[in-house]
Amino acid sequence: MLIPRQARAGYLHPVASEITPRAAYEQRREFLRLLAAGGAGAALAGWAQRDALAQAPRAGKLAALPGARSGVAGASTVEKQTAYADATSYNNFYEFGTGKEDPARNAGKLQTRPWTVAIEGEVKKPQTLGIEDLLKLAPMEERIYRLRCVEGWSMVIPWVGYSLAELIKRVEPTGNAKFIEFVTLADPKQMPFVGSRVLEWPYVEGLRLDEALHPLTLLAFGMYGEVLPNQNGAPVRLVVPWKYGFKSAKSLVKIRFVEQQPKTAWFKAASHEYGFYSNVNPKVDHPRWSQATERRIGEDGIFQKKRPTQMFNGYEAQVGQLYAGLDLAKNF
Amino acid sequence: MSATLPAPRGARRNASVLLRPAAKPLLFVASLLPLAWLLYGALANTLGANPAEALIRATGDWTLRFLCLTLAVTPLRQWTGQPALLRFRRMLGLFTFFYGVLHFLCYAWLDMGFDLAEITRDIPKRPFALVGFAALLLMAPLAATSFNRAIRALGAKRWQALHRLVYAVALLAILHFFWMRSAKHNYAEVAVYAAILAVLLGWRLVAHLRRRPVAAG
Repeated sequence: MLIPRQARAGYLHPVASEITPRAAYEQRREFLRLLAAGGAGAALAGWAQRDALAQAPRAGKLAALPGARSGVAGASTVEKQTAYADATSYNNFYEFGTGKEDPARNAGKLQTRPWTVAIEGEVKKPQTLGIEDLLKLAPMEERIYRLRCVEGWSMVIPWVGYSLAELIKRVEPTGNAKFIEFVTLADPKQMPFVGSRVLEWPYVEGLRLDEALHPLTLLAFGMYGEVLPNQNGAPVRLVVPWKYGFKSAKSLVKIRFVEQQPKTAWFKAASHEYGFYSNVNPKVDHPRWSQATERRIGEDGIFQKKRPTQMFNGYEAQVGQLYAGLDLAKNF
Repeated sequence: MSATLPAPRGARRNASVLLRPAAKPLLFVASLLPLAWLLYGALANTLGANPAEALIRATGDWTLRFLCLTLAVTPLRQWTGQPALLRFRRMLGLFTFFYGVLHFLCYAWLDMGFDLAEITRDIPKRPFALVGFAALLLMAPLAATSFNRAIRALGAKRWQALHRLVYAVALLAILHFFWMRSAKHNYAEVAVYAAILAVLLGWRLVAHLRRRPVAAG
């Protein structure tokens, strides 16, 4: 079968030889599952149930949050989705600890209701929206994005939410709004590592206004057909699929429209390592590791070579024009 | 280190446990337990979502732990007055090298896919990888001259001078760990190992400074 590398929708397909046959892949997973479960019949039943559900099987752990398939170009990769268990147990969310397993362990105390997000700064309609209002603001879409972490691993996650642009349009930014600053919750009572000196809290991220308006930039409320688990940034987070994962701020409490480029948390911590843009770029290495390759969590076996990282995480056709004329080695 | 210091009175009673013939094989088996645990984890898929990363980190941790144990032998021997502890130093040192080699192999295999060109490009490019690799290289001659015949062939003085390289290994290893964690300002673990190594190396420095005037006189 011929898979064109550049489809009309602008999505960059892998070449056919790079795709593991689905049957072979699933066989491997099932074998491992059975091995881990000691051949328990329950595991088999669970697996059969998963297959019966369509694209993004619900994990059945949290409240359902379905989304219609998104029509945005490039919004639904056909790659194999990361297992829910992996996507929810291997997280960076330093407010809950620096170990990958810490957020899943420590985020249980986070209260996601009531929850409000303050929208302020250079907008004609500054307002504070409750999470219920935000959920109703636009129709929910399912977007299956690649997620590339700056540490060199990646996942494929079905998010549920809508384009951030929907919200931006409603609050009407003024002519002075050049950037958006995203501020996340920093409550030492609910987040045991706020107070550690790993980063300056609250965690702050930022986007240029045109980046924020790009249809791929997602305001996400769910994943895998359910509301977000706490460790993945409940109740509302950002997902910017062509940038390293840390640009996608979790558990948002404030969205500020500003004139100057925001001082982001990672920029303040180590500006020579983490730039403002942080676009996924295999040609610009991190000072301590190469960015040329990545390990797909749960899919690449232990002994499998890491896969090559794509420019803009494979979303170059959609977002490349945002950076025309910008030296990406300097503006990393 | 001078092995001729007399043991304090009353210490010999406990030494018998350390002198038992089974003591060394027991330590050998105990030293292999971390490896066994990691192998089990890799096969049973219990190393988390990123087992490759878990293996690379765990082998690095164990290298550092065995290095601390090796360097603790001489101070412990003097504090406790148990000269018999010295019997275990060589094995602990060799296990440090063993876990160091495993750490490197995990990186070379799991991270680099044994791509030699890629590895030789990668190591010099990144200071933290370079110092780690240097620490491993410095351990190689120590491991290679760890048997009795080598000690005799080199002569005790020269052998001892060579094996003082372990102090450089310790400094490079902790620098490697520090740089690895530097961007995240996550130094809690680094601080623990640095403190242990500082005590172990500091003790030697103090002992050395105290000995000098005696030798001069």
